[in-house]
Amino acid sequence: MAGAGGGANDVQWCFSQVKGAIDDDVAEADIISTVEFNHSGELLATGDKGGRVVIFQQDIENKSQAQCRSEYNVYSTFQSHEPEFDYLKSLEIEEKINKIRWLPQKNAAQFLLSTNDKTIKLWKISERDKRPEGYNLKEEDGRYRDASTITTLRVPVFRPMDLMVEASPRRIFANAHTYHINSISVNSDNETYLSADDLRINLWHLEITDRSFNIVDIKPANMEELTEVITAAEFHPLQCNTFVYSSSKGTIRLCDMRASALCDKHSKLFEEPEDPSNRSFFSEIISSISDVKFSHSGRYMMTRDYLSVKIWDLNMENRPVETYQVHEYLRSKLCSLYENDCIFDKFECCWNGNDSVVMTGSYNNFFRMLERGQRRDMTLEASRECSKPRQVLKPRRVCAGGKRKKDEISVDSLDFNKKILHTAWHPEENIIAVATTNNLYIFQEKVN
Amino acid sequence: MSSPAETQSEDCGDKKDAEESQSTTEEVRPKSKYPTFGQKPGGSDFLMKRLQKGQKYFDSGDYNMAKAKKSKQLPASPPDRSVVTGDHIPTPKDLPQRRPSLVTSKLVG
Repeated sequence: MAGAGGGANDVQWCFSQVKGAIDDDVAEADIISTVEFNHSGELLATGDKGGRVVIFQQDIENKSQAQCRSEYNVYSTFQSHEPEFDYLKSLEIEEKINKIRWLPQKNAAQFLLSTNDKTIKLWKISERDKRPEGYNLKEEDGRYRDASTITTLRVPVFRPMDLMVEASPRRIFANAHTYHINSISVNSDNETYLSADDLRINLWHLEITDRSFNIVDIKPANMEELTEVITAAEFHPLQCNTFVYSSSKGTIRLCDMRASALCDKHSKLFEEPEDPSNRSFFSEIISSISDVKFSHSGRYMMTRDYLSVKIWDLNMENRPVETYQVHEYLRSKLCSLYENDCIFDKFECCWNGNDSVVMTGSYNNFFRMLERGQRRDMTLEASRECSKPRQVLKPRRVCAGGKRKKDEISVDSLDFNKKILHTAWHPEENIIAVATTNNLYIFQEKVN
Repeated sequence: MSSPAETQSEDCGDKKDAEESQSTTEEVRPKSKYPTFGQKPGGSDFLMKRLQKGQKYFDSGDYNMAKAKKSKQLPASPPDRSVVTGDHIPTPKDLPQRRPSLVTSKLVG
């Protein structure tokens, strides 16, 4: 396929598929909480509030054709986490899947890490397409044969069977986090990964479940002095010694594990001085970073705060190289958004395959495509009304004030219960997965 | 980066001539509602609330009762009055059925 990206406005996006129930009555368990493509883009995993993981597989039959339409169909589904009770604190531990991260594929099986607030699990997803037949002592249905009826010996053979996809938990990494896990990130060394909660970050080896190393600890000796928490963390995609973590105060710290065992002292601190003309009562809350993602190249990182997306060059700490407004029309509505708790919504963001376009969600089931080089942007909507096969999505516009033009929607008509928090971009192709509250939309680039 | 002045509605106080009155309104409204906001060191009320997420129960019995009610395992009707408590020894088939733990996600099919 043509290189992913090539301009947000050159690409026309079409509806491809939607998964999930149509009815408006959404059960809490069906709320999608994470979406992630694997490294080849062939598999797409979702996690939900009910602790379930559903994996879709790209239909590869048509891939040989130059301009193909691929479909994602259910490949496997399993219950990853169950609700638990923390006896010491008398608190419920939610089964909601906070994050899923795929391991790069090493053999026939696929592996992913899934985590809730307290426990990380390594799942193996493997295919079985043949089974042994012709046992001497057992019938095909498993019943034991009467020994007296056996007169000859035969060698069991493998016969093809309908494909069965099995998911089994291979490792359970538990009891290492006092606070709630917000991020996991697999290292480029393919042997270790990190898990981050509000105050600490731990380093694990994928093979070892009874030990983990604490590499960041920002818990103050006196909790009254607590001023910020860790909101997200990620390993550098290429340098196995480097990781970053973001905070609720809008800063990002880059740490080098070669410098010391405990990386409380950062190697770089990325912080933009506040624009005094934008200072408001809610400045600190909206500066809290909800997501941080390295570019595929490893040269840049992107952060998402409540109103904007910022792109940082790792070589420059004092300000981002690019800033994009996601929904600036909300700046004057912050008080209402604080009252209905929307100001605390944690939006994620993602890069396309060649780092030329970034995407993030908004309200009213809108999502934003921000094209870097051309500085162009587009607002699209994920809705059942635009869900005819291969229907091209029309850009949407929000009217901030004054006279509303035709086809525009006014800020006050936006549905703040329809939020797109989780999006994912195929690593190589222009295929995106967008999660509304309980539906998963898949959009593809229009092919003529 | 587009400057804030370009994309604001009437409510935002970035235009210089309206700045005084409008920015005060914007500040006064939340300040009058939340007078102690930001006064405590680091807004630690928020952070404390965030650190202790999750519903608190009195003990594990309380938790299990709440969970059972949620999955409607408890019999809705009052017990049969003709049966005297302790009249017979219960067997496994007398107990309420465990609900299947895997309810398939609606994203499947």
